[in-house]
Amino acid sequence: MSVAMRDVFLIAWRSSRRTMRQPAAVIVPLTFPLILLAVNSNGLKAATRLPGFPTHSFLAFFLPFAFIQGALFAAMTAGTDLARDIDTGFFNRLALTPLRGMGLVVGQLGGALTQALLQAIAYLAVGLLLGVHFASGPAGILVFLVLALTIAAAWGMTGIWIALRTGSGEAVQSQFPLLFFFMIISSMNLPRNLIEVNWFRDAATFNPVSYMIEALRSLVIEGWNAQALALGFGVSFGAVALATGLANIALRKRMTRT
Amino acid sequence: MADEHGIEVWSLVRTFKDVAAVQGINLRVEPGEIYGFLGPNGAGKSTTIHMLTTLLPPTSGTAFVAGYDIVKNGPAVRGSIGAALQEAALDPYLTGREHLRLQSGLHGIPKREREERSDELLSRVGLTRAADRKVQTYSGGMKRRLDLALALVHRPRILFLDEPTTGLDPQSRNALWAEVARLARDEGVTVFLTTQYLEEADVLADRVGIIDHGKIVTEGTPDELKATIGRPTVVATPKDAAQLGAATAILERFGEPTRTSPGATAVMLNGKGDLADVLRALDGDGILVDDIRLHAPSLDDVFLAKTGRMLEGEEEQGE
Amino acid sequence: MSRGSVRSVMLALAWRQLTILRKNPSLFLPPMLFPLINFAAFAGGLSRLRHVPGFDFKGGYTSFQFVFVLLQSAAFGGVFTGFGIARDFERGFARRLMIASKRRSGIVWGYALASLMRWTLVAIMLTTVALIAHMQIGGNGVDLFGLYVLALIVNVSGLLWACGIAMRFRSVQAGPLMQTPIFIVLFLSPVYVPLVLLQGWIHGVARLNPLTYILTSGRGFISGEPTDVAVAFAIAFALLGCLGLWGLRGLKRAEQVV
Repeated sequence: MSVAMRDVFLIAWRSSRRTMRQPAAVIVPLTFPLILLAVNSNGLKAATRLPGFPTHSFLAFFLPFAFIQGALFAAMTAGTDLARDIDTGFFNRLALTPLRGMGLVVGQLGGALTQALLQAIAYLAVGLLLGVHFASGPAGILVFLVLALTIAAAWGMTGIWIALRTGSGEAVQSQFPLLFFFMIISSMNLPRNLIEVNWFRDAATFNPVSYMIEALRSLVIEGWNAQALALGFGVSFGAVALATGLANIALRKRMTRT
Repeated sequence: MADEHGIEVWSLVRTFKDVAAVQGINLRVEPGEIYGFLGPNGAGKSTTIHMLTTLLPPTSGTAFVAGYDIVKNGPAVRGSIGAALQEAALDPYLTGREHLRLQSGLHGIPKREREERSDELLSRVGLTRAADRKVQTYSGGMKRRLDLALALVHRPRILFLDEPTTGLDPQSRNALWAEVARLARDEGVTVFLTTQYLEEADVLADRVGIIDHGKIVTEGTPDELKATIGRPTVVATPKDAAQLGAATAILERFGEPTRTSPGATAVMLNGKGDLADVLRALDGDGILVDDIRLHAPSLDDVFLAKTGRMLEGEEEQGE
Repeated sequence: MSRGSVRSVMLALAWRQLTILRKNPSLFLPPMLFPLINFAAFAGGLSRLRHVPGFDFKGGYTSFQFVFVLLQSAAFGGVFTGFGIARDFERGFARRLMIASKRRSGIVWGYALASLMRWTLVAIMLTTVALIAHMQIGGNGVDLFGLYVLALIVNVSGLLWACGIAMRFRSVQAGPLMQTPIFIVLFLSPVYVPLVLLQGWIHGVARLNPLTYILTSGRGFISGEPTDVAVAFAIAFALLGCLGLWGLRGLKRAEQVV
């Protein structure tokens, strides 16, 4: 194993261990989106009666939202954990080892991705148990999982960037409204073509989160929609790359070792 | 030539916006030495140690740690040193053993050696039984001991300790002192130790540098430093007030008279004898004493002489 | 005002809470931002739901959602104050309050008053934004007064709930316990469509949910067709009474350990 891989593995190991040992970091992100899924999929069932609504099952339509919300929780966990490390001096401890900066940044995602994987399996299981049928078949479910984890990586890395930039858990938490805004001003509740209010529809069109949701949703209700998948994966990978780049810049300023 | 087990500092400066935290310090720590860096809060101790451990680049000047330039060869410096900084800096959700696994892994210690080394260090710092408990259950003393073990995992040549016993109970403090002294004595580890406790510097350090307002005000062995500001004083109070004159005459054989309270006599020793000699002389002439004391200058007296302020208790007044 | 009376303690504590807010305006952000984001998402993103057959609300979707978001902001405004109470316990400030207050029930009412005053600013801001968004108001001054009184009672009730939790657990770790039940109660009501359009289990649950009557009544006020007013106010005052007891009992528990 190369030194870089070893570093990533060790930091990821520690990060996931730490996350799993915080019940609040595991239970709340696991249950809250499921509660919202149950409530909203029934509360908004009437939307399926709108002309042009793409499916009869609002649960199938809304299922991807749980993964996006789960990714938001992963971002907060990744960010606050790293901010705590900076605050307590554990970050300095790591800086005194041969660990390279990128190893720290990428490895930190370990906890977020472990959390996201557990959540993804839970949400999928609940969805399938409640009768959600994947139009893309079993292969589509795998692609769905991969995309969901990529989305979680994008959000998780954003949380890490915020932590490195601010060094404060409170500052990370204070970004929650902004991330929540991105999540909610999207095609989360209705397809974009059914959004009446022009500014909202435009905002949802510009919002990269809409494409993440739509790619996931396409695998459930449409089957194999190459354009939706290309956009979803493209936006997700782009977000990962952007957030990783920003995190790297913030890390260089934060870790001023010679 | 910078030694691979030593530290050399040349005109090291660090400023933060308008604040000059370290204002050009020069020092040298010999291999295997325990160097005590003593000063009040805000003197520049931690800033200095952060620079020497490459966590903070100096504004100007440089230093060689383990033979490597701290500015140009940061990674090499880090590979040669261990550091236990002011905060114990532990992850509350990991166990002691897991911390060692992480630290040894990051230092590239082969897997087969890691467990053995972890067991050895845990035993050395007395944490074997607590090794598999999460750190959040540890006491302050246990956290400090784990911190020390982590700093030693890769067998560094030089160890940096930033106020290692702050907040510890006397028993934990003594245990830590014993281990630090053993490291230097038996393993030849060079130790750079910052502290605001006189006793710690006095007991542990081979040499002490006193820093105040970012400058080193004096440097030397504890005895040398104390000797610069005065010699020990013996004060005797005879049982029989009528024997005061006789007692004074005996004491004056051992040093110069000095002022003291009524009913007692005092001399500053001049090297012609110590307290035991004075007692024997008094006894030999049949002079009984109610009280006899030896006042030795402390490092606090040294600090007072050099800076005009006391070291201990000064932090309450702030700077 | 006698020294150490409930009123003097209440006013002193409320003053302290508002001073903290004045010196830390960023504390206003979460209680301000979330209602705005939700209002934008619901009123902006879901307005097409008014075209669902059977959606017979007179006032337009903006006012339909305004009422829900107003009540939501009121309830969560109380919860945010609850976080502050928990922090006061964690930092030891609560001990100071307990020692200094002759009549300790004033502590609970002080927090309630501060919560109310903070929420008033949120309500003003939310109303202003809704008016800018051309919210239709069918009700007269009395109707609107009724709406805001209902919301006010919900705010104090939310605070009393959170206060009871905070005083029993005395830690911000109890945050999810404060939020989650309120969240569930809010979202198990006719959030997106009128009760008659809800289907399945959620219809049954919403019928039993006391908040449904408060919400329906509030929507009746804003559309100028007051509905279930007596029931709504009876429920609101009953909630206030029960949660008041809950909060004061929490204070008794806290007194035993401080």
